[in-house]
Amino acid sequence: MGRLVAERLTAAEEAIRIKMEVQGLSVHYGNTPALSNVNLAVKANHVTALIGPSGCGKTTFLRTLNRMNDLIEGVRVTGRVLLDGEDIYRPGTDVVALRKRVGMVFQRPNPFPMSIYDNVAFGPRIHGLRDRRRLNEIVEKALRDAALWDEVKDRLRSSALGLSGGQQQRLCIARLLAVEPEVVLMDEPTSALDPISMLKIEELIQDLKATYTIVIVTHNMQQAARVSDSTAFFLSGELVEYGPTDVIFTRPRDRRTEDYITGRFG
Amino acid sequence: MNKYLADRLATACFWAAAAVITGILLFFLTHIFWRGAPVLSLAFVLGTPREMTAGGGVGPQLFNTFYILVLSLLFSLPIGVGAGIYLAEYARPGPLTNLIRLSTECLASVPSIVLGLFGAVVFVWYLGLGFCILAGAAALALLNLPVLVRVTEEALRAIPVSYREASLALGATKWQTIRRVVLPSALLGMVTGVSLVAGRALGESAILIYTAGLSVSRYFPDFDPFVAGETLAVHLWYVNAQSLVPDATRIADGSAALLVLVVLVFNLCIGIPSRILQRRLLGGGGK
Repeated sequence: MGRLVAERLTAAEEAIRIKMEVQGLSVHYGNTPALSNVNLAVKANHVTALIGPSGCGKTTFLRTLNRMNDLIEGVRVTGRVLLDGEDIYRPGTDVVALRKRVGMVFQRPNPFPMSIYDNVAFGPRIHGLRDRRRLNEIVEKALRDAALWDEVKDRLRSSALGLSGGQQQRLCIARLLAVEPEVVLMDEPTSALDPISMLKIEELIQDLKATYTIVIVTHNMQQAARVSDSTAFFLSGELVEYGPTDVIFTRPRDRRTEDYITGRFG
Repeated sequence: MNKYLADRLATACFWAAAAVITGILLFFLTHIFWRGAPVLSLAFVLGTPREMTAGGGVGPQLFNTFYILVLSLLFSLPIGVGAGIYLAEYARPGPLTNLIRLSTECLASVPSIVLGLFGAVVFVWYLGLGFCILAGAAALALLNLPVLVRVTEEALRAIPVSYREASLALGATKWQTIRRVVLPSALLGMVTGVSLVAGRALGESAILIYTAGLSVSRYFPDFDPFVAGETLAVHLWYVNAQSLVPDATRIADGSAALLVLVVLVFNLCIGIPSRILQRRLLGGGGK
């Protein structure tokens, strides 16, 4: 009896640990297929890296996870994407609420042309928070969590556009953390940054993993190896291989994965 | 010809083109102010016009100029800006969008004299408003409308998609994104457009001759929109063409200088506050 309960608990824990599950996902832009029949489970509090050559569909995949693809004209999505077991493509899904739960950091830092404070306060404000004290707390916490507080605490009122590229990207992460998402999607978040800023963001990702589930697209093999727990390799719109990062990088099952990782690839 | 020579030649050509433009503007301004500035006095700027004797002012015309402009913007801004937002943010490619765009372009290419006659037929006669400020403002709004649509659409399109994506990815609705990110960022571009529209409207005469009329109220200032309201630009034409006053040339010179000043002051008047407004919209609250 006791063993049965224990087993059930483990099963329940296993179930909880899957944060997002993608089943038979295909995406077309007009008549051009971008993804075909992708199956992938994103684990909670894991960093999942998506790697692959340009045009392999990894960014498309990332953008289906919070339906940012909806903004593109003529996009067609089939299959299921489950967030905590609920299909986010089910008709009647509240896309606005979905994006609050599954947030996104973009390739190029894109702070709003506002003050640092207002950038971070933007999310809480659009979700209806008016209380100044509470806003101040949230802004400070988000900036601390994004490892930016010490650098900007004396100039919260100055424009975010005056920050360096790396600071801007951490600001964008802070802006996202302020809405307390559950999943953080990152689309090559360091590709426009210098190496030091890149390392800062990578450290940050490690810290954030305790609270958030992270999916990151990267062109940088070392980065994928450094920051991620699981790695998915995409090629020509197909998921070639998906598994623990150390396995993918040391003992890949598929020849194409090995070729790509070792740089023997187009 | 080697590439360095070609490079220098190209630079010289564009520099010359810019110099010609500046030269033309300077010539006009000097000419207008040389003759007009001595006329500008408080008595002229605020005085009432006379029909037969010398020494009349243009106070009512100056007032009407602004009154008609403000009224016309009141009519055209909501529709023009609304349609511009629709085209930039909501419209999907298709027959409806094409129709809206075609209508805007057609309206923009209508000669102002045609709009004036249209205003005379529809507002002055058919709706029975008579020659009045309201009819003039309504006809002028038709002139402003297509420009406002285009200016708004272009100002919004100039805002990077990344701002919109960032906002939507934070769980903002489309309207929140437009209202809090896109419009404030586009404000200066839109204000530049409104200045252009206003400048054109301030100098417009053909439309107003047939709608707002050639006479002014005997009271000054008269806020009644149903009385005739000659504007400065129309007055400029009128004194030169039809007036009986002996000092018509003097009045025309003064009116011209005043008109240029008015356009300048108006642009400053909406340019500076809009910068402050933008700062407040983008950086508002939460201190």
